[in-house]
Amino acid sequence: MHRLVVILPVAIFAALLGIMAALLTDSERNNDPSRLPSPLVGKPAPAISLPPVAAGIPGGFSTDDLRGHVTVVNVFASWCVPCLAEHPLITELAEAGTRVYGINHRDTADDAITWLRRHGNPYAAIGFDADARASLEWGVTGVPETFIIDRDGTIAYKHTGPLTRDALERRIVPKLREVAGG
Amino acid sequence: MRPTATLLAAVLLALLAGAMPSIAVQPDEVLDDPALESRAREISAELRCVVCQNQSIDDSDAEIARDLRLLVRERLVAGDSDEQVVAYIVARYGDFVLLRPPFQANTLALWLAPPIMAVVIATLAILYFQTYQRRRAAGTGLDPLSPSDRAELDALVERIAASDGPPPPRSRFRNEIEEGLRRPGDDEEEDTEADADDAGPSDPNEPRPA
Repeated sequence: MHRLVVILPVAIFAALLGIMAALLTDSERNNDPSRLPSPLVGKPAPAISLPPVAAGIPGGFSTDDLRGHVTVVNVFASWCVPCLAEHPLITELAEAGTRVYGINHRDTADDAITWLRRHGNPYAAIGFDADARASLEWGVTGVPETFIIDRDGTIAYKHTGPLTRDALERRIVPKLREVAGG
Repeated sequence: MRPTATLLAAVLLALLAGAMPSIAVQPDEVLDDPALESRAREISAELRCVVCQNQSIDDSDAEIARDLRLLVRERLVAGDSDEQVVAYIVARYGDFVLLRPPFQANTLALWLAPPIMAVVIATLAILYFQTYQRRRAAGTGLDPLSPSDRAELDALVERIAASDGPPPPRSRFRNEIEEGLRRPGDDEEEDTEADADDAGPSDPNEPRPA
């Protein structure tokens, strides 16, 4: 009994340490606390309907337009520096034949036009979300965010923050392939 | 004059009352219906601003907090109940937006760990003190005299008893000292010795008869 009194607290403490260490170091399970899992993944994309940024820029789309194709929807803004950083990768995706749509988040039409002219417009369609109401509907916490929508209009994947080469190759492309095959 | 002053005071008071409790809520967000507005404030205080982590949307100046405050009010005006408003936002941002985590399967450890730990710690503490008390009662807490120390002490006592003159008055603490030195195993033995010693007067301070 006396031994138990000494050993038990130490054993419990050691077990707790072990569990915490396992959770903290297991990066594959995506346990980064700043990455929030979206409850929308696996659910139909909430209904939104967005106007185009301006005449001459292809766009304006609603959730219904997303059906029938696998679509990457990228939430971006001209004032967002990480968006510029990931812009070449978004362009690459579009050039590889993926249908890429954009949600222009909390921006002005003039700024968006200038930005797209300067850096190129890879988006097949852009929805203008000046008041971020549609972003809210999709559970967007900040820009950039990237969604993969399957043919049924279901959110298959969500990437928070700027895309990186690593994320593109290890997560986005395999997911696109999986969704396209299914 | 007087009605104008009263009106002015009322307007000022209303403005103050509206401004004082709110930290982040802007005047243009406030709903006309005070009942709806107070419900909105209550809901907002329970919802996390997702980019500032530990502030409620009611406290935060972040743009997304403002958007969520407006969304809460929009849903309330549309006729949603408080629960429906919260469910609407949880469906989009997850349980993380709730500053008070719900009691459900994946939060069992969170809610149950503290009471379980309290019970475990209390049990261990009780066991420890019981063991301590038992050992103290058994006297095993004190080191008994070694046989050679004891023999030396006995010899000393005998020599004093055998020396000339009246024996020194017996210390009133002697009983206690003997009590403390007694080994747990040899209680009976000691008792017979003590009985033999105590054949004299009961008061230990009184000189023994020669």
